[in-house]
Amino acid sequence: MSTATDDRYNTLEKSMKKLGYDKSALIETLHTAQETFGYLGIDTLKFIAQRLRLPYSKVYGVATFYNYFRLKPKGKHNVVVCMGTACYIKGSNKILEKIEQRYGIKVGETTPDNVLSLLSARCFGSCSLAPVVVYDNVPKGKVTVEDSLCEIEEMIK
Amino acid sequence: MITSLNELKELADKKKCASGNSRQELRVCMGSSCISLGSAELGKSLQDELQNRDLEDKYKIKNVGCNGLCANGTLVSHCRGDGSTLYEKITTSDTKDLVESIQNGGLLKDKMCDITQPFFTKQTKIVLENTGIIDPDDIEDYIAHGGYEALFKALDGMMPKDVIEEVKTSALRGRGGGGYPAGIKWESVSKVVSEQKYIICNGDEGDPGAFMDRAVMESDPHRVLEGMAIAGYACGANKGYIYVRAEYPLAVEKLGRAIKQATKLGILGENIAHSNFSFNIEIRLGAGAFVCGEATALIASVEGNRGNPRQKPPHLTDYGLWGKPTVLNNVETLANIAPIIKNGGAWYRDIGTENSSGTKVFALTGHIKNTGLVEVPMGTTLRELIYEIGGGIPDGKKFKAIQSGGPSGGCIPKELLDLHVDYESLKNAGSIMGSGGLIVIDDSSNMVEIARFFMDFCRSESCGKCTPCRVGTTELTLLLDKFIKKEATKSDFELLKEMCEFVKSTSLCGLGQTAPNPVLSTIKYFESEYLEGINDD
Ligand SMILES: Cc1cc2nc3c(=O)[nH]c(=O)nc-3n(C[C@H](O)[C@H](O)[C@H](O)COP(=O)(O)O)c2cc1C
Ligand code: SF4
Ligand code: FES
Ligand code: FES
Repeated sequence: MSTATDDRYNTLEKSMKKLGYDKSALIETLHTAQETFGYLGIDTLKFIAQRLRLPYSKVYGVATFYNYFRLKPKGKHNVVVCMGTACYIKGSNKILEKIEQRYGIKVGETTPDNVLSLLSARCFGSCSLAPVVVYDNVPKGKVTVEDSLCEIEEMIK
Repeated sequence: MITSLNELKELADKKKCASGNSRQELRVCMGSSCISLGSAELGKSLQDELQNRDLEDKYKIKNVGCNGLCANGTLVSHCRGDGSTLYEKITTSDTKDLVESIQNGGLLKDKMCDITQPFFTKQTKIVLENTGIIDPDDIEDYIAHGGYEALFKALDGMMPKDVIEEVKTSALRGRGGGGYPAGIKWESVSKVVSEQKYIICNGDEGDPGAFMDRAVMESDPHRVLEGMAIAGYACGANKGYIYVRAEYPLAVEKLGRAIKQATKLGILGENIAHSNFSFNIEIRLGAGAFVCGEATALIASVEGNRGNPRQKPPHLTDYGLWGKPTVLNNVETLANIAPIIKNGGAWYRDIGTENSSGTKVFALTGHIKNTGLVEVPMGTTLRELIYEIGGGIPDGKKFKAIQSGGPSGGCIPKELLDLHVDYESLKNAGSIMGSGGLIVIDDSSNMVEIARFFMDFCRSESCGKCTPCRVGTTELTLLLDKFIKKEATKSDFELLKEMCEFVKSTSLCGLGQTAPNPVLSTIKYFESEYLEGINDD
């Protein structure tokens, strides 16, 4: 799709304009882009580079430096397992392993039918409820391996 | 617009009066932790129930921040004129019973939270004095609880140097981990001559397993803004940034609203209280990089770059954001400022220990009964924290170690349970204060695996700029794997220790310099678990 006909580029353009095409607001712009597109594709990054008059290598470098930015699209549903210390101590690595086994994907991957993406995070700040798993942006605490497998089945049904 | 201390006090009285006369409150916790337990739906269902019973003019639902005892969420407190009752583990299925018992003037006995337990009685709340009490979305509620009095007091009758003197007297040390005296940092910046200076609040909270700063930003955001504005006045800065990690959307939302409200009342903005002092605050989002909590990396990130640290000096106090003198302080450090200015530095100095004044907020997690947020005077013992406040180890397991300081810290064994927690004692024990995450580990855990967990964390978070850290953390992770698989040799053990020392002494920034700490401290106290991994035939 060309950038002129895609409404999402308008949204992005507006946000850059609001920030006065400020080069130092690159990270804010990338956040907006990821919210709008769901991920940061090569075309999107090139568009940002051009509009902010930054070298593409710089934009690409920043986008790849930060864990929060995704360069690949997510599946229809996503599950994020917290791998922070409090959750790890409470066995979140076992939850992650079981999900990996069941769906045949590793952390950061999406099932071939594009239905489920598996991600991990570094702490949501809800450590009291460890282990924490987030299903399609809804966090759940004190999760067991069985819970999480059921919950995912429910979600992708 | 509020233009003087008197006007501020008038508003506070008006608000207090209004809430005194009006409805009783049902305070529902809307901290991140309770929200994961469904507190938003709970709030709504309580509201519906009140409406059904035609009770809306008698009771009011108030959304508040974290109460501390997150393990027993959702917490709801019922506040009447004559006192309050705290209820725990409330879900939508309790809505009816709760409202009914309140309506009948009774108590829902089996859901009452015992507030005479040590978890509550052993705490001293300064930073957390408002959390769980005020509505973070309502600036007037903050003002009714004495908010912004310190800022107006400073603007009204104190010179910038008086403010700095007060903070120096308090001996407040940086709560972000390093423990550098805040007053001395401020003084350095105040003395530099420059047209532009900045105040930055570090809300990156990268230590995975810590959530003190999150709770403060979500539950009492104005306190952070007030601390920043006072710092700005003291140091001659007119612009502040709060760097918040993107994983804390609720904190970003609350801070954003707080900034808008404060600006509208003229508490932030140009010529505050008709003085020459102007101060504006912007939020900057992190994007999930632990290293960006490090001072110079954070600056790089705020400027829109990759978060690579740089060599110091020059220090931020001379050459910070866009090359200008900058004060960087942690959220909790800044949250202590308003009470210090209000009550005086000497008051604060009297709390805590000789070398570490005041209180510290800790996030208690791991194998412990009362997981949650607590604030205690410096010098409280680990035993009090774990067995009294924390309620001990659940499931009949035994205490093995407590981890403090996250990936830069270390593990403290049971022999040292009577240690009085402060900056020096933790350092002497081979750990660090860090930002305040305390993770309790029971005897079912293997310490080498825990050391590996942190090393792997540092490996993946290393920014890659310098070789000792980039390659060293990778090699150390692989070496630790050998111990876990019981395939290590005696010489691997020697190599492990040597490499730890090497990475510590040759890395550029704090991340690499402290990455070996979890390994070294577990070798110090749990050497036998390493020796079990050696298979030398
Ligand atoms: C790798 C690394 C990560 C850090 N992360 C944080 C953090 O998340 N929050 C924080 O306040 N300080 C963090 N610090 C400490 C800061 O560099 C800095 O010392 C602190 O924010 C200064 O504020 P204070 O004096 O009020 O503590 C980190 C340091 C290092 C080396
Ligand atoms: S020590 Fe590690 S994180 Fe710090 S600059 Fe070097 S590579 Fe980057
Ligand atoms: S460690 Fe998982 S939420 Fe903090
Ligand atoms: S979030 Fe509700 S008690 Fe902590």
